[in-house]
Amino acid sequence: MSEARLTQSRRGPLVARHPSLVIFLVVLALFTLGVTVLAEGFGMGMISTSFVKTLGKTLCLCLVALAMDLVWGYCGILSLGHMAFFGIGGYAIGMWLMYARTEIIVAESMAAAALPPTAAEISQGIATQIFGVVGASEFPPIWAFAHSLPLQLAAVVLVPGLLALVFGWLAFRSRVTGVYLSILTQAMTLALALYLFQNDSGLRGNNGLSGLQNLPGLDAVPQATVSLWFFWGSALALGLAYALCTWVVSGKFGSVIRAIRDDESRVRFLGYSVEAYKLFIFTFTAILAGIAGALYYPQAGIINPAEIAPIASIYLAVWVAIGGRGRLYGAVIGAGFVSLLSTWFTGGQAPDVNLGVYTIQWVDWWTVLLGLSFVAVTLFAPQGIGGLFDLLSRRARAEEGPQGLKEAPQK
Amino acid sequence: MNTLLEVSGVSVSFDGFKAINNLTFNIGAAELRAVIGPNGAGKTTFMDIVTGKTRPDEGRVIWGEKSQSLLAMSESQIAQAGIGRKFQRPTVFEDQSVADNLMLALRNKRGPLAVLRFRPSGDDHAKVRDLATQIGLTQALERKSGELSHGQKQWLEIGMLLAQDPKLLLVDEPAAGMTPAEREHTTEILVEAAKTRAVVVVEQDMEFVRRLGCKVTVLHEGSVLAEGSIDHVTSDEKVIEVYLGR
Repeated sequence: MSEARLTQSRRGPLVARHPSLVIFLVVLALFTLGVTVLAEGFGMGMISTSFVKTLGKTLCLCLVALAMDLVWGYCGILSLGHMAFFGIGGYAIGMWLMYARTEIIVAESMAAAALPPTAAEISQGIATQIFGVVGASEFPPIWAFAHSLPLQLAAVVLVPGLLALVFGWLAFRSRVTGVYLSILTQAMTLALALYLFQNDSGLRGNNGLSGLQNLPGLDAVPQATVSLWFFWGSALALGLAYALCTWVVSGKFGSVIRAIRDDESRVRFLGYSVEAYKLFIFTFTAILAGIAGALYYPQAGIINPAEIAPIASIYLAVWVAIGGRGRLYGAVIGAGFVSLLSTWFTGGQAPDVNLGVYTIQWVDWWTVLLGLSFVAVTLFAPQGIGGLFDLLSRRARAEEGPQGLKEAPQK
Repeated sequence: MNTLLEVSGVSVSFDGFKAINNLTFNIGAAELRAVIGPNGAGKTTFMDIVTGKTRPDEGRVIWGEKSQSLLAMSESQIAQAGIGRKFQRPTVFEDQSVADNLMLALRNKRGPLAVLRFRPSGDDHAKVRDLATQIGLTQALERKSGELSHGQKQWLEIGMLLAQDPKLLLVDEPAAGMTPAEREHTTEILVEAAKTRAVVVVEQDMEFVRRLGCKVTVLHEGSVLAEGSIDHVTSDEKVIEVYLGR
């Protein structure tokens, strides 16, 4: 009997082997369809454009949480640097958005002049426009490719990927593990944020990049429509990434990385190069995070170094922990649930609680609540929200149980 | 005799304490060997050196027909070269099924990209079932290995070692915490395995070693005190002193 089950569970296409993937994709598709129908852009206008953007951004956060779950929940590397990769993706796409849109504005304003402007004059105009705020009027070297969408899109993938590859190679090769690795990744994140805060970093210091919601040359398209484009893009990216991650964690590769999480020296003695696997997962998830960031920031409209600060990566870990580590849907649920709740509380929509002597204002107290729930989940429900599904399926199996036992001897 | 592993003049010290002192040890291609010795004799450190976990301060460790030095290789490279190790405490991946544990250990390509594309063939499934039969876990293939009894975990780990198909098996205290019946089964598995490969069993339990019926190396304070049949070493005065004298 076990023989039959052994072969059954390992064959067939990916969707057939993982019913949860089908459920996830169907739910995501229905959600996307529902929002589209209710949105201002194409449908009944029951969901405001800003809320469509919030939902689109939430999908991007789910995507980066998926990456975090892969690297932490499956491979055991508690990285506090994945929101930095997310931010880098945002900066990479933001540079093109800002450059291309400023170029159009500058060209329009110069077209009125008696003599047609030269390319150098236009470039100078763009630089003054973008960097005037930090007292510069020259393009820093890192903007060399900002004029080209394909090159900046490549940067969305390559810059986080290469940074993760180099950083991971140095860290894993020296066998830095556990909390020391977390501190190291946090140091990397902090260093990057502090560097970007400087005015001469070439990325406009603490002003960051702004106006990213305006797509160059598409001023005529209303934001209601653009917001749906990005919402669809985010949903598509999340669906594809979920399928890809399901494929990665299923089968033997998933078996190896979970084994690394549980006992890495044992895996070494089985002949697997633990460092190579960690590096692969670290880099792969950094790339996912970069893509998520590139989809997020055009919806947010602005990116600044504060977004990269270590606290963002800590929040990411909290989402994944609350949702349930080591299961992909857990990460998605955690990120979606907590970040939407956070929007609700910090957006001033949550009613204040008047205790007579003191009024709890959720804008301030939300972080306390989040912190307490994180502690509670860690102590009392280490499986997170995803653990509820285990409970449900176990109960369902328990009800089927006695019947199954009766049938067994007849087979 | 054809030497598979040759350890010569190896010394290693930790913070001034000489864990291994000028140790010399050889084993042939299809040989069963027991290594015994009191606590702190350097048995585990000896295994650490052979498997690449610890680098010795001096000495040579030469492996196989090509006479490779193991000292320049990483743990995973040494494992791939054909040295398998079983730890004192059973270390199986408790979160995963018995079948997954065996599949993980099965001799196949070990690189990340090859593993990513890996789909077990019918042959792989057959090998997993054969191994399960060998270690008496056929009924437990789909169970999580964390649910197994202590003895079953020990066998699963031995099964994982066999799945790697190593030329040399290093087994640390396989019989610890086992019932007499389980011990007997373990002895059978090890004796059977040693017909086609070299097996080194580190053990404290003299009775178990006697049952293996093989050549015995006695370690004491990091070097070889005596070597020979079990009757030979147990009648050696130095051995009696070390084991019983204190």
